[in-house]
Amino acid sequence: MTRNPYLWLIPILPLAGAAINGFLGKHSSKRAVTTIALVFPGIAFALAVWIALTFTSSAAPYSFELSHWIRSGNFSADFAFYLDQLSLVMLLVVTGVGFLIHIYSVGYMWDDPGYYRFFTYLNLFMFFMLTLILANNYLVMFIGWEGVGLASYLLIGFWFTKDSAASAGKKAFIVNRIGDFGFLIALFLLIQHFGSLDFTKVFAQVQPLGVENGGAGLLTAIGILLMVGACGKSAQIPLYVWLPDAMEGPTPVSALIHAATMVTAGVYMVARSHVIFERAPIALTVVAIIGTLTALFAATIGITQTDIKKVLAYSTISQLGYMFMACGVGAFSAGIFHLMTHAFFKGLLFLAAGSVIHAVGGEQDMRKMGGLRSYIPWTFLTMGIATLAIAGIPPLAGFWSKDEILWKAYQGSWVYWLIGVITAFITSFYMFRLLFMTFFGDYRGAQVDSHGHATHGHGDHGHGEPHESPMVMLVPLIILAVLSIFGGFVGYHNAFEHFLEPVFGTGAVADAAGEAASGGTEYILMGVSVLTALLGLVLAYVLYVSKPYLPEKIAVSLGSLYDAVLNKYYVDEIYAKVFVKPLVDGSTTILWQGVDRKVIDDSVNNAADGAQHVSDEVRHMQSGNLRSYAGWIAAGAALVIAYMIWQGVGQ
Amino acid sequence: MVPLSYYLVLSGILFACGVTGFLIKRNIITIFMSIELMLNGVNLSFVAFAAHWHVLAGQIFVFFVMVVAAAEATVGLAIIIAVYRTRETLNVDKVNLLKL
Repeated sequence: MTRNPYLWLIPILPLAGAAINGFLGKHSSKRAVTTIALVFPGIAFALAVWIALTFTSSAAPYSFELSHWIRSGNFSADFAFYLDQLSLVMLLVVTGVGFLIHIYSVGYMWDDPGYYRFFTYLNLFMFFMLTLILANNYLVMFIGWEGVGLASYLLIGFWFTKDSAASAGKKAFIVNRIGDFGFLIALFLLIQHFGSLDFTKVFAQVQPLGVENGGAGLLTAIGILLMVGACGKSAQIPLYVWLPDAMEGPTPVSALIHAATMVTAGVYMVARSHVIFERAPIALTVVAIIGTLTALFAATIGITQTDIKKVLAYSTISQLGYMFMACGVGAFSAGIFHLMTHAFFKGLLFLAAGSVIHAVGGEQDMRKMGGLRSYIPWTFLTMGIATLAIAGIPPLAGFWSKDEILWKAYQGSWVYWLIGVITAFITSFYMFRLLFMTFFGDYRGAQVDSHGHATHGHGDHGHGEPHESPMVMLVPLIILAVLSIFGGFVGYHNAFEHFLEPVFGTGAVADAAGEAASGGTEYILMGVSVLTALLGLVLAYVLYVSKPYLPEKIAVSLGSLYDAVLNKYYVDEIYAKVFVKPLVDGSTTILWQGVDRKVIDDSVNNAADGAQHVSDEVRHMQSGNLRSYAGWIAAGAALVIAYMIWQGVGQ
Repeated sequence: MVPLSYYLVLSGILFACGVTGFLIKRNIITIFMSIELMLNGVNLSFVAFAAHWHVLAGQIFVFFVMVVAAAEATVGLAIIIAVYRTRETLNVDKVNLLKL
């Protein structure tokens, strides 16, 4: 079998699950909700695996048209799916990691009163994410793009009675809107100039166009606008601010949406549009610079954070920066490779963090953890593996993809490489800092005294000390840990790159030739990145295990620099001053008090008031006295006659 | 031959009497009669002009006015009787139910 006729079922199944749970979940038993919530994405995953097993590159890419949608003149956009190597990889990652996180959520959310609601949203998210991935044109992709934004909003604000969660959801939605604006304009440009949004049709028309060497042209504009969209969705500078706040959502959500899948949609979109980007060097440079800067910038913030999930959030932003850096130097397959391994280890990190939070009864502050190694050994083990993976210690997954990116970055420019290596060092440092603060030393938290204390609604276990999570949460952790260890081997001998070659073209082959020649350099660079990772480990060990009094001293001696990093470079404050406040003030004084109240309200009110006043005066003429009416008529008639006489009518 | 102006002056006096009566009287029947007076004042000027210019249209017009006046009197008197039966007064100032 080459073309799988059941491809369309993959997105539809989670949608069915969402619909059933959404409409019936409130009155169903938890068992029924769980069954629905797990079976539908589970079947989708099984289908994805089946499709992958029967996948032959000779049959790809192929489209699967579900139904017509828009037919207008020469323009058409259909509900159609598209499968090639790239979407296949994404398909497996999303359904696989997504399904594992669904399983984990059963344990994590079991005691939450919004249990059915949670799984409704989660399934809905899966539907939109799979639509985004499988779309065969930009418009269907945009549906998925907006849909995952909606699901993200709903899930960040899942505990909407908490003020911070509600506003975090709003922030994510609004910031994404800015990016979507760019994306939309890019789509309009595509329609205007290529008359289509189908990937195949657009790219077929772009292909013959030359590289825009001379300066910025149409493709550069489209590329940069697409990148604006990607910046919003994938939390890159300058639109990354929503992602740390998004940690208000339940931890499985952070793992699924804000680490493994949704935030990588921007990378996927840029990679999908590689034909455009390859012909727009300026746009590519923009992508690379944004990615590189974000990687470094977010990593430095990660050093000082004390909230376990915030550290991981900044780490996610930083790793996404890596992916964009890879795309920016034209190594799209390296970016997708890192996307995949990142989904494994970052999903695992978040789930393990959730397990830690679960264990200590809802506490997220790492300063109140410590010494959890002996209480929750399985969580420790899996989180340790994930930390090694993200730090880039061979032979774990992160090493392969990160090394691939750094090598490609080096071929692009040594500056990218240098910043990448520094970032790798910082990444390694803050990740081991997290690990050591959480699991080593002595337990610094109060004895968890059960009811009411936990902010996250799962504190009603009545536990006295940190306890290991149930099996339903541990199994996904272990599976992801295995993937984090071995997931990188698909990149061995550039196998992953060769798999994606039909999508990204033969640039990789040429590189491979160059690689053979400069194989020595690659090994040196590899050694350097491994060394920096180890250095980060050692530094973190010294600062947080052997000499735990040192960080305080360093923080004091750094003074304002430390404060700036601790306060996330005051970016939120600057945004609040520069964008939010003028907007709010302008809306309040000019639009609300000025235009709305003074102009619109007042004109309506004054018209009504004026009518009332005039009629109040005129009312007195209507005395109801018959003779006064007659008098008016007589007077009027006399007036008319007098006028006619004076004018001499009839003469 | 009485000159035209005599008729017109008489017509004007009759009309003015009607208007005055209409304005100052409160009894609804008197008001009604005043209206008839005004109509007849106008009728007089119609026939006077008709005779003066030897045009029959003026005289025919008078018949129309008389017919309309008769119809109006029928309806009006019926209303007056109805009003009197319910209100027991013919004073127009007291018939003010529609007044605000």
